[in-house]
Amino acid sequence: MQPIHLGLIDGAILSVYFAFVLGIGFVLKRHMRTSMDFFLSGRLIPAWVAGLAFLSANLGAQEVIGMAASGAKYGIMTSHFYWVGAIPAMVFVAVFMMPFYYGSKARSVPEYLKLRFDEKTRALNAVTFATMTIFSSGISMYAMALLLNLLLGWDFNLSIWLSAIVVLLYISLGGLTSAIYNEVMQFFLIVAGFAPLVFLGLRDVGGWSGLQTRLAAVSTAEGFAPGAFTNSWKFMGSAAENPMGVQWFAMLMGLGFVLSFGYWCTDFLVMQRAMAAESMSAARRTPLVAAVPKMFFPFLVILPGMIAIALTQHHGASGFSLPAKPDGTPNYDLVIPMMLGHYFPSGILGLGLTALMASFMSGMAGNVTAFNTVWTYDIYQAYLRPKATDSALLWMGRAATVVGIAVSVAAAYFAAHFNNIMDLLQLVFAFVNAPLFATFLLGMFWRRTTGHAAFFGLLSGILAAAFHHGLTQPHGAMTLAKGGWLGHVLYVYPSEMAQNFWTAIFAWTTCFVVTILLSLVTRQQKSDAQLTGLVSSLTPRTTEADVVWYKRPAALGALVLFIALILNILFW
Amino acid sequence: MSFFDLRRPLGWLFSTLGILLVIAGLRATPATDARSLGININLIWGVVMIAFALLCLWLARREARRRTQAAGSSPK
Repeated sequence: MQPIHLGLIDGAILSVYFAFVLGIGFVLKRHMRTSMDFFLSGRLIPAWVAGLAFLSANLGAQEVIGMAASGAKYGIMTSHFYWVGAIPAMVFVAVFMMPFYYGSKARSVPEYLKLRFDEKTRALNAVTFATMTIFSSGISMYAMALLLNLLLGWDFNLSIWLSAIVVLLYISLGGLTSAIYNEVMQFFLIVAGFAPLVFLGLRDVGGWSGLQTRLAAVSTAEGFAPGAFTNSWKFMGSAAENPMGVQWFAMLMGLGFVLSFGYWCTDFLVMQRAMAAESMSAARRTPLVAAVPKMFFPFLVILPGMIAIALTQHHGASGFSLPAKPDGTPNYDLVIPMMLGHYFPSGILGLGLTALMASFMSGMAGNVTAFNTVWTYDIYQAYLRPKATDSALLWMGRAATVVGIAVSVAAAYFAAHFNNIMDLLQLVFAFVNAPLFATFLLGMFWRRTTGHAAFFGLLSGILAAAFHHGLTQPHGAMTLAKGGWLGHVLYVYPSEMAQNFWTAIFAWTTCFVVTILLSLVTRQQKSDAQLTGLVSSLTPRTTEADVVWYKRPAALGALVLFIALILNILFW
Repeated sequence: MSFFDLRRPLGWLFSTLGILLVIAGLRATPATDARSLGININLIWGVVMIAFALLCLWLARREARRRTQAAGSSPK
């Protein structure tokens, strides 16, 4: 494709954005006096800011590019990642789990594991999380550099190093607060940049009904029923009937329960935003504030994919079509950038690009802030230098930011070897996050769960994920990175997505069962007094009688679930 | 001590971007609008962004006033 030429105004818009990003870092620098300021924003963030950051921290490359790509590949079924996956998990963490996360005063998720279980469980989580988060950060960078190269003809290496330096500057200056503030700005930029795109795209295909008609043709061409791209549940009876190749049980259990709860309820990247909230009430409202816009994100990120594939099949008035990859299939990852270049004149084009860059950079920044906190509190202070002074920790946080970004850059070059970012991330999450939710569930709601059980349960869950992945393959797998690397393939799944969901189900179940069994045969090392505030049955309930209803997590949560249910029914 | 109100930089960022879009919109020709299906999307969206920016700045100002009033009535 031809690189898009940027006009003067586009350049000005990008420059203004970069100036604000760095400016926020410089202004916040004087607020960073202690390590708590740097890693947890001194626990001063209001609920709405924490909530939008909670949402945005996850809004990196995998969301914007991956969701649009999935929208093009699988249609409206991609909305399950939101209306079945994220939303219920976010309500659950707000209503049931946040009291223990925030109430424990733990500074990180691994630290909660240390308080609740023991040192080795924390170490396992800290090390796997630190690795994973750096990997994600590298993927964000890689995706951004690749896009800028294709779209604007910028040099791949230059894009990587430029974004690395900008993120490095604003985080090392302003710490988590800088990351959070930029995430909130990014949220508004994404909405501002993508809403007009969806508007123009929908107009071009003739609205929702026009999209349905066009996608019916796409659907039948692929051998599915006409509505397979525009109905989210109707064709989930069997894996063969829908483009995702997933059946309803694997969807509900694998994505809806294990993967989503594993991510939204245990991942420190998002949880850090809630832990930085100014009060318990603000912390509990954080995921709920995030859930409201999250529900409507499918319209911003999935619809463009569906529009792009519909137009590729049957050109609209404007003649848009997705470029093909060398093997002839459409290049799904280019949905958003191609549409930006196609529909946006100079001016708003700069805004769209800014939104895209903002999403990549804050996706990276989110990972880096989570990494430097876990590294400093859970690895450096815990094992390497237990007597470090607070100013040494603050220094280490800045140093870890530099190292973390350097490792991300290396990961970015590694990510260049995998083609579908989304599936790769799901794979990593399945190995590490899926068993973790079983550990937290048992740890928070069953007092009998012991440290040894948690550790070996978690380990066996991760191993179960690895074995399952090593013994199965998705249909048409070409490389060992897709599975089957143990040399023997026991089962072939209809799609990679189905394989990932089942990997997660196996990992979670193994961890859940092993943790229960081991808890029954090992001794509880922690006294009831030590577990107060960490386990449900030993923590006094906070009363909500004098709180207005719209500030009560349970009432808000029920409302959010109700709206999500309506969305599911509307697009049934 | 709390950080500065995020709505302030948000308001300034969006008003600057909005003004840039309006400038682009005022210079639009039927040729540049052809891409966006004949709609002057720069002008429309620029105005929307400025309106959002003003809302942010107004909310931030109201909050700041409330804080100084609260501090004035109950000095710690």
